[in-house]
Amino acid sequence: MSQTIFEGTREQMQALSDCIAAHRGQAGALMPVLHEAQNIYGYLPAEVQQTIAEGLNVPLAEVYGVATFYSQFSLSPKGKHQISVCLGTACYVKGSDKILEAVEKELRISCGDCTPDKKFSIESCRCVGACGLAPVMIIDGEVYGKLSPDDVAGILDKYIKD
Amino acid sequence: MVNLKINGVAVSVPEGSTILQAAKAANVRIPTLCYLKDVQCVGSCRMCLVEATGARGLVTACTYPVSEGMEVRTNTPRVRKSRKTTVELILSTHKKKCLSCARSMNCELQKLALEYNAEEDRFGTDHDLKPIDDLSASVVRDNSKCVMCTRCVAACEKQTISAIGPKNRGYAKVIGSPFDVSLAFTPCVNCGQCVVACPVGALYEKSAVADVWGAIVNPEKEVVFFTAPSVRATLGEAFGLPVGTNVEGKMVAAIKQLGDVKCFNMDVTADLTIMEEATELLTRLEKGGATPMFTSCCPGWIKFAEHYYPELLPNISTCKSPQEMFSALLKTYYCEKNGINPENLYVVSVIPCTAKKFEVSRDELGHYTDAALTTRELAKMIKEAGIDFVNIADAQFDTPFGEASGAGAIFGATGGVMEAALRTAAYKLGGSGAPLEYNEVRGTQGIKEAEYVVGKATVKVAVASGLGNARRLIEDIKSGAKNYTFVEIMACPGGCINGGGQPYVHDEIRNNIDLQALRAQALYDSDRDNSVRRSHENPVIDALYNDFLEKPNSHKAHKLLHTTYHKREKY
Repeated sequence: MSQTIFEGTREQMQALSDCIAAHRGQAGALMPVLHEAQNIYGYLPAEVQQTIAEGLNVPLAEVYGVATFYSQFSLSPKGKHQISVCLGTACYVKGSDKILEAVEKELRISCGDCTPDKKFSIESCRCVGACGLAPVMIIDGEVYGKLSPDDVAGILDKYIKD
Repeated sequence: MVNLKINGVAVSVPEGSTILQAAKAANVRIPTLCYLKDVQCVGSCRMCLVEATGARGLVTACTYPVSEGMEVRTNTPRVRKSRKTTVELILSTHKKKCLSCARSMNCELQKLALEYNAEEDRFGTDHDLKPIDDLSASVVRDNSKCVMCTRCVAACEKQTISAIGPKNRGYAKVIGSPFDVSLAFTPCVNCGQCVVACPVGALYEKSAVADVWGAIVNPEKEVVFFTAPSVRATLGEAFGLPVGTNVEGKMVAAIKQLGDVKCFNMDVTADLTIMEEATELLTRLEKGGATPMFTSCCPGWIKFAEHYYPELLPNISTCKSPQEMFSALLKTYYCEKNGINPENLYVVSVIPCTAKKFEVSRDELGHYTDAALTTRELAKMIKEAGIDFVNIADAQFDTPFGEASGAGAIFGATGGVMEAALRTAAYKLGGSGAPLEYNEVRGTQGIKEAEYVVGKATVKVAVASGLGNARRLIEDIKSGAKNYTFVEIMACPGGCINGGGQPYVHDEIRNNIDLQALRAQALYDSDRDNSVRRSHENPVIDALYNDFLEKPNSHKAHKLLHTTYHKREKY
C-alpha cells in the first residue's frame, strides 16, 4: 500500500454517509457500500474503511478483509493516468511480466501503487480480449499491443509530458 | 431420530445431527482441526472428510447432516489418503520449528501429522517467514505457524470484538488485525480466547518466565507468588491429571520448590474485593450513585467497557482486581510489617488470564505487580525445574495470606463473584440465618438473572460471561428492557476457569466434555468443604482492616485498593 495522504472533500464525505445510511441494517450491505465508496474516492483509504465499519456496525477487520480479498477493490489511490498490464495467459507467455517490470522501473513504484504526484498508477489485469496483440498494456483505455520492454519508456514519455 | 451406520455400526441420532456428532455416538473417532465446539463449525480444513452414501465425493463430517439409511465410512484408503495429503499441504507452508515451539508435544497439527504418517516435506518447505507480532502486552502472533483454521477469528468474533480477521487472498492470506497494525493498537481486550482456541503454536502469551527466574536467583530480591482461585482447578491438566482435579496443595508445594519464594493465596483479596465492593454498592444505593453497579475484577471486561461502553464507566465498581489489590498490599502492608524495602520485593501473580498481563502495565494501578504468569507459564517453570508435580507432597499457603473463604475460591467461575457478594450482603442485612448458596447464578449459561430478598430489600442481579453475552445484556439494560442492581461480568465464557491463560486442551477433548463445568466444579467443591464460606468471616480480612486498612472504603483503602477508568478509542 502506498503512503499517500488521504484527502477527501466534503461532497465525497456526504455521498459516503448517504450511501451508508441507505444500506444500514441490510444484510450483505458491506459489498455495495464498498463499491460505492470506491466510486466516490477512486480507492478505499483507511479512513473511509473506518467510517464504513462504524456506519454499518461491522468490525473493521471484516471491512479490511473484504477490501483486500477482492482484487477489484483498491487500497491505493488511482493516478491521473491509469496503467493496466495484462498478465493473462497469452500476454504472460509473450513476456508481459517483463513489460510490467519495465513500467514499474520507469515510474519507480510497484504494481498496485500510485506515484507520489498522483500522475500514474499501475495495476495488472487478466486478459482484455486482445490476445492477438499480446503482450498488451492499456493506458486510460488506449490499448498498446505487441510490446517489448524497450517500448515502454517511449510510450510513458507521452503521458509524462502531458 | 435418524438411523444410519458408521463403519458398519448402527447408530440412531436426533434429526439435524452432523456425521461428526453421530460418529461420537457410535464411538468412532473422526479427526478435526478447524471445528471447535461452541466456537466454529465451517468445514474448511478438510481433516474430517469421510465417505457417505448419497454424497458426491468426500464430505466434511463436522458440517454434513445425517440422513436415514446413510452409510458412513471413516477409514477407507481414499479417506486416509485425503487426510494425509491435507496434513502434508498444511505442513508445506508451516514453520516446522517443533522442538522450540510453545506447543511442542501439545500441538494438534503435530498429532495429526503423526497419526497420518505425513511426510513433512512432501510439498517442500519453501515459504516466506512472516513477521511476528509481539507488541501486545498479552498475546504473541507468529503467522509462519498459522494453519488458517480461523478458530482464533471465530473466538474473537464470539467475543464481539473481531480485532482480527483474514486479510488478503490466496498465498498472501494471513490472519491479523486490519492495516498491518499490531494487535496492541486494536480494541483487543487481551482475553486470550484466541490463544486457547489455536491448535498450533501461532498464538501464545507474552512470556514473563525469564523475568521471574531472574528475580528468583537475584540475591537482592525477595520473591513472593500468589495464585488466583482458578489456577488450582486447572494446573493439574498440564501434568496429565484429569480435568477438574483440584491441585492446590501440589501447586503450592511446587511453587515453593522453584526457589526461595513465598506462596500466598489470591482468594484472600477476592474476599477483600467483596468487602470493598459490597460497601461501595451499599453506599451507591444509599447515596444515589450510578447503578446498576458492575463488577470490576476482570481486566478483559474493563478494557471492553473502555472501548465500547465508555458511558458505563461510572457504573463500574472502582475496586481494583484481586490481583492488583494483592500486589498493592504486598508492596505496602507486607513490606512495612516485615521491614522489606518495596523495591526489593518481587511480586509474581499466577493467573488464568492473559488480560492480567495487560493490567499490570496500567499506570493508574501503580505498577505494584512485577510479573503476571499464566497457568501455562507456571506449568512450564515447574517442568523446567524438574519437579515431579504429580507425586509431590501437598504444602500450605504461607501466612499471613494463606487462609481464605470458600466465597473467595468461587471467584474463578462465572457467578462466583455475585454469589460471594450475596453471601456477605445477606448476612450483614439478614443475620446468620441468611442463605449461603445461590444456585440461580451458578452454571455455565452465558447470561443468568435472579432476584433475591436481601434484608428488607429486593435485589435484582445479572451475571454474564463471554463478552458477546455481556454485550447482549448491556444492550438490554441500556434500552431499558432490563433493570438490575448489581451485574457481574467476566470476559471469558464460563469465567476465569476458562481463561486465556489456562492449559491448552486439545479439540478432541474440548469438543467432547463440558470443560467449563468440570473445572468450575473443583472450585465449588472446595467452597463446600471450607469451614469459612463468607468473605467477611475470613480472619485474614479482619486482621487486614484492624492492622492496616481501618474499614472498608476508608481513605487508605481508597488509595490502595480502588482505581479509575478511561475511555479508549477503537482504532
